[in-house]
Amino acid sequence: MRTTRYGAGFLALALALTACGGAGESGGGGQQAADSAVGVTKDAVVIGTHQPLTGPAAPGYSKISVGARAVYQAINDGGGVNGRKIDYHVEDDGYNPTKTVEVVKKLVLQDKVFAIVGGLGTPTHSKVVDYLTTEGVPDLLVSSGALAWDNPQKAPMTFGYQVDYTREGKIQGKYIKDTFAGKKVGYFTQNDDVGRDTQAGLDQFVKDQTVVRQGYDSANTDVTPQLSALKAAGAEVVVCACIPAFTALSILAAAKIGYKPQFVVSSIGADPATLSGLLQDFAKRGGASVSSGQLLAGLIGTGYLPDVAQTSDPWVAYFKGIHDKYIPKEPFTNTVLFGMVQAYTFAQALKAAGPDPTRQKLVEAMSSGSLKGPGLTPFGFSKESHAGYTGAYVFKINPDTTTAVIQPPSVTDRGTGAITAYTGERATPEQVNLLGK
Amino acid sequence: MTAPERKRVLPPLVRRVFFALAAFAVVVLLTLVTDEFTNLRIATIGYYLIAVAGLTLLTGLTGQVSLGHGAFMFIGAYTVALLVNKVPSFPLWADLLLASAAGGLAGLLAGAAAARLRGPYLAGATLALAVGLPALTRRFPDFLGGSNGLSFTVHSRPSAVVGAVPELRWQTWIVWLSVLIALVLVVNIVRGRLGRDFRAVRDDEVAASLSGIAVGRTKILAFLVSAVCGGLAGGLQAFLLGTAAPGSFTPALSLSLLAAVVLGGLGSLWGALWGAVALVYFQAWSEDLADVLHLNTDVANNLPLAVYGVILIVVVLAFPRGIQGGFHRLRGLLRRPAEKKENHENH
Repeated sequence: MRTTRYGAGFLALALALTACGGAGESGGGGQQAADSAVGVTKDAVVIGTHQPLTGPAAPGYSKISVGARAVYQAINDGGGVNGRKIDYHVEDDGYNPTKTVEVVKKLVLQDKVFAIVGGLGTPTHSKVVDYLTTEGVPDLLVSSGALAWDNPQKAPMTFGYQVDYTREGKIQGKYIKDTFAGKKVGYFTQNDDVGRDTQAGLDQFVKDQTVVRQGYDSANTDVTPQLSALKAAGAEVVVCACIPAFTALSILAAAKIGYKPQFVVSSIGADPATLSGLLQDFAKRGGASVSSGQLLAGLIGTGYLPDVAQTSDPWVAYFKGIHDKYIPKEPFTNTVLFGMVQAYTFAQALKAAGPDPTRQKLVEAMSSGSLKGPGLTPFGFSKESHAGYTGAYVFKINPDTTTAVIQPPSVTDRGTGAITAYTGERATPEQVNLLGK
Repeated sequence: MTAPERKRVLPPLVRRVFFALAAFAVVVLLTLVTDEFTNLRIATIGYYLIAVAGLTLLTGLTGQVSLGHGAFMFIGAYTVALLVNKVPSFPLWADLLLASAAGGLAGLLAGAAAARLRGPYLAGATLALAVGLPALTRRFPDFLGGSNGLSFTVHSRPSAVVGAVPELRWQTWIVWLSVLIALVLVVNIVRGRLGRDFRAVRDDEVAASLSGIAVGRTKILAFLVSAVCGGLAGGLQAFLLGTAAPGSFTPALSLSLLAAVVLGGLGSLWGALWGAVALVYFQAWSEDLADVLHLNTDVANNLPLAVYGVILIVVVLAFPRGIQGGFHRLRGLLRRPAEKKENHENH
């Protein structure tokens, strides 16, 4: 037992050493005052996010924060929002919910962020909503289309960003019903809220046409069995509610078994540039080379942001300028644009919160309904709704991997309401005039 | 325990309880002088400590390699998650006890199979556990939440302390109190007759069996105790973070637990502490380092693992018995500089 005595000493020493991260009391938990402006100083605003920079969701999604960072740099070089520079903290959670909880607590308690912006992922972000609500931290523009973010009563600090999966499923379902009437439809969906919420929308229109439903888990990258089942059931149209890696895997698996359905892919996994890269990459690992143009041509997808190939779009041109200046080596993909629009939207809300922003003012700015552009459909933000983009357009991928809009933007609700064409005007970058007075 | 007999004032159990109390006092003190986020890290060290200690007992003392210990943490975490959601009236201590029991039950089953397997076969079988078990959540998505997992809030603060003690600090105390109670029990097992049996089985199964030790039963018992520790660790993690999701219990978790055992010192419970500290802080430090150096993402992503690997290699090369072995040798050198030959002791 003589070791115990020393052991106790070592224990104390070891813990003392590990504790040197920071001394001194922090005020401690509990609901923060509504007029709190934690993380806001005279010349800076600290914000944070959790992203999968490693792990199963990293292919594709790890570039979102790269785009966002470029926009914040551009804003900071332009003098900041109301004179404050944006200090953007990105924490890697590897798409692991345990790690998400840890890094979000780090951002709130140690980095003392003003707000969490664009936290990515349904299984990950759903674990921190309660915490952020209790701590009174604004939780803006969650990168996920789950319905859970639109719940102002239970989660008053949380706001969505993407069009939710049910709205998107409805628009896809109606398009399929109108265009591919009588054809057999198969669902291929991620086994979580992505799949559940998407099917709730699709089923409103194509339930009768549906002959088979298959799911995948992001942990298992072999999707040949599911694609074989879709083929065996004779599905002519396959709706893929998949993240980018699994859209690419499905396309490759279908090609391998000689199956040529019409793919209809959700916005989360239909970025042609990201898909091209993944297709090449996966094929190379399998010892083959493929023509991504050939594989992607004719693929139908839905989206709510302008496509990077639409260079005449004022917002695409604006963000391309930032891209060329700050991240020229990074391919300019729709995924990068996703991060750029998200960052820009936060900056808009921050500006709308006024020269002395508080957390409460930021939340009010988000709910005010004043945020316009850069998306092609409007946000649903109001006092009663925290829904992000409220609709989508339908596009087809050309053989040169550019895209063509085949159905203009339309909007709908998350229930059983009608789908209507959206004709509203978008503000241009000049009209928003983010950096002006 | 080859130490020469010394005059002992107190019976071992009382002494261990006393040390546990002293250790708890140290933890409380530490949480009071550090900020809330550091509290979370101290609590994280706590639950890793009990998981690594369990694995130390299994691998270091009975020589059974488990590559699937994360599976027992998975069971513990889901037990607490389900109990909090479905039976909210249960007190926390009951939830944690049941989490340990559920882990133990799984360990008993795994141990029964493991007692017939050796070396690579055992390693393979336990790895299958770590790979396969989390997939249960996708088989029963309505009950276990599918890939999303379960989220919940554990209310553990009595109303009297709500204003006085911040949530994370209180949680850290609960975690360490549970861990220290469990450790007292584990130390009693390790230092007692069962611990001797464990070591005998590890060193030579035939000799152990000739001396009347039931080898199979001893191995199963080691698995049981070790899985109880794993279940408790998982339960504490769920309590602390309010989440249980399959993505948190990948085979990588099981492998890092084993790496922590080796790093800390195979077969030493003090080593389990160093292993747990390393698990939490090497990761954090290398992430901070990557931040400070503004590395590109590909390098930054792999830096923590690379640093961990390099440290593991260096420590094992310099001190084959891990960090604790290193301390041991240092102490030997300081204390008996005249003595040329040093006795390596087993703990």
